[in-house]
Amino acid sequence: MELNEIPLSGLWGERHLLGLEGLSAEQLTTVLDLTEHYDQATRGGTQRLDVLKGLVVANLFFENSTRTRTSFSLAARRLGADTVDFTASSSSLSKGETFIDTALTIEAMGVDMVVCRHSTPGAPHLLARHLKASVLNAGDGTHEHPTQGLLDIYTIRKARGRISGLTVAMVGDIRHSRVARSNIHGLVTLGARVIVCGPATLIPSDISRMGVEVAYNLDDILPEVDCVNLLRVQFERQRGAFFPSIAEYANLFGMNGQRIRKAKSDLLVLAPGPINRGVELTPDVADGPHSVILNQVTNGLLVRMACLTLLTQERRRLQGGQS
Amino acid sequence: MRTLLISGGRVIDPANNIDAVADVLIQNGRIVTVTVRAENGASVSSPVDVEVIDASGLIVCPGFIDTHVSLREPGFEEDECTASGTAAALAGGFTTIAAQSDTSPVVDNRSAAEFIRLQAERAHNCRVYPLGAVTKASKGEELAEIGQLVQGGAVGFSDAKTPVANSEVMRRALEYTRMFNRPILHFAMVPELSEGGVMHEGYQATRLGLRGIPAAAQDIMTGRDIALAELTGGRVHLMCVSTKDSVERVRRAQAIGIAVTADVTPHHLLLTDDVMDSFDTMYKCYPPLRSAEHVTALIAGLKDGTLSAITADHQPLALEKKQVELDIAPPGICGLETLLAVCVKALIEPGHLTWSELIARLTVGPAAVLGLDHGTLSPGSMADVTLINPVEQWTVKSSAFRSRSRNTPFEGQSFTGRVVTTIVDGEVRYRTT
Repeated sequence: MELNEIPLSGLWGERHLLGLEGLSAEQLTTVLDLTEHYDQATRGGTQRLDVLKGLVVANLFFENSTRTRTSFSLAARRLGADTVDFTASSSSLSKGETFIDTALTIEAMGVDMVVCRHSTPGAPHLLARHLKASVLNAGDGTHEHPTQGLLDIYTIRKARGRISGLTVAMVGDIRHSRVARSNIHGLVTLGARVIVCGPATLIPSDISRMGVEVAYNLDDILPEVDCVNLLRVQFERQRGAFFPSIAEYANLFGMNGQRIRKAKSDLLVLAPGPINRGVELTPDVADGPHSVILNQVTNGLLVRMACLTLLTQERRRLQGGQS
Repeated sequence: MRTLLISGGRVIDPANNIDAVADVLIQNGRIVTVTVRAENGASVSSPVDVEVIDASGLIVCPGFIDTHVSLREPGFEEDECTASGTAAALAGGFTTIAAQSDTSPVVDNRSAAEFIRLQAERAHNCRVYPLGAVTKASKGEELAEIGQLVQGGAVGFSDAKTPVANSEVMRRALEYTRMFNRPILHFAMVPELSEGGVMHEGYQATRLGLRGIPAAAQDIMTGRDIALAELTGGRVHLMCVSTKDSVERVRRAQAIGIAVTADVTPHHLLLTDDVMDSFDTMYKCYPPLRSAEHVTALIAGLKDGTLSAITADHQPLALEKKQVELDIAPPGICGLETLLAVCVKALIEPGHLTWSELIARLTVGPAAVLGLDHGTLSPGSMADVTLINPVEQWTVKSSAFRSRSRNTPFEGQSFTGRVVTTIVDGEVRYRTT
């Protein structure tokens, strides 16, 4: 199959990607299938495609993230787009310019898509209301991080061939995790059983209404799970102490060589990174046979290519142009 | 001698148990008579030289009273000033408001209170009574000059949205204000539990990843305030009750004779935290919009009188302050001009309250909180009257607000029921065109 030929049969129909909540199983499958197409077609190569040729993708990062920004930049350029990076270390308000003004200014330079990372939940939603460009949420505070959710799910699907029927445990700081929320929405929609596990102070009230089970003892659930996603302890997002010490956290919820023996032999270990070695997981696990952490990074690029492609096609469809 | 006859309206005067078609005769700024029409509908013979307002089809009731309105002058004139805030009050049917102390500088001394009264006189809109701060600069540390504030016209004491977190300070304040028979209007909230919160803590906050303010943050402080009111014999009025348990605590306290009253806002009666998934800063208010079970309890509390007053909790904010990210946007809703319409939608249309009950919570209820003899149409009382068209349909356009601010979550929404005329001192000060 030609690299630039996009086998798009699935349903999409979204102008923005703000979150995985509300997307149907069919829409999610469309993204995963296109990711798989890029995965097979590029075979680890670095060929440039021209799917986004002539378009400009702006990375608006109001919160530091070298990894995600680099991944988005590479994905956009791999598809033939031009990219501009705008990074503001803190809130735009410190410069006396509102967040919306900043975005409008960047858009006025001729931008077709905006990839937005911001510390406030809903910030990309605000952009989507004010901009003509397509908006892609690259993480909004503690709300959602849809491409991370998709890359985690793609990584699992690639290893196991399916999502439905698998049991996935999200472990750690659920309260402050946008990765957890996006994973929960995507996995539940695709038919997985999801267990959230962590200190009770970091599991918010009513989380079970999102369709997940709650557990506080990792050792108890470990034998039942097919995948564990070890969330990073977000030291910077915590006000006050949510658990007594790092040592106690590692003792109760850290994945180490000892603990992993209780798990299924084919357990997949995911971590959205950057990982705190010795806290969420020990080096022998991070670098061991169960770990797919580096696959996640590779898949992240492919998932982002798929998302950028789908948003562009929808945009062209709405503009009545060629597909 | 100025004489005004409000003819043939449905007169609702809860203080006097009147709800009938009647004629209201006003002379020299005072109510002279309220004459209920006989079965045949004949009107009273009007004296010569009288201005007649035809109120047929309208509700005629005492002017509304708000126990705490943020007028923002001096210090925050970009949001509101006394003239614009009191004009907004008139347009909302209010003839009397208590001005909140949260200006800059804070109203914590006599001259600051007198400035509020002076500006209100100049504006010549509705009546304005100042609230004095409970503590100096509302810092919650030392008592403000409460006695001198009373001399300057303060009808009550409040640190606005800053809770008096120190229980010892609150205790002294309740003891001290008791000497002047003035209430403390307190915003019951435990600061440690509400700090940094954007919305109600519950499923929606979990879903949206927004930091929540648990109901317990209000419930705990409500319980403390009631205990201190009982200990000291002082009068405490709880502003903006938003939770089920707080309503229940107030109800039980009132049942055993503790001097506690409470109010609620229209937005907490109509909206739930479900609206927050728009991430719209216009919905951000303090206390936050709660979930449906709390709304149900608030309505029940209003119905049985546990909550004796409705307040707009008018928090005007310049648009640029709201056009920022949700977590840094200041909370508050510009509420005076939409209060009645929102109350009709939340309370009258679903049949929760009668018109008479609603008007009581906007007149005699808040008057009693502030210790004022306003809020009735009794002969001899001041002629502060509001005329309502209960069936008029209208759409909220914030660009038409008298307020200087536009921060409403109800922009573009249609409502039924509108204030058409507001009379203060027997003088028509507001009329829809």
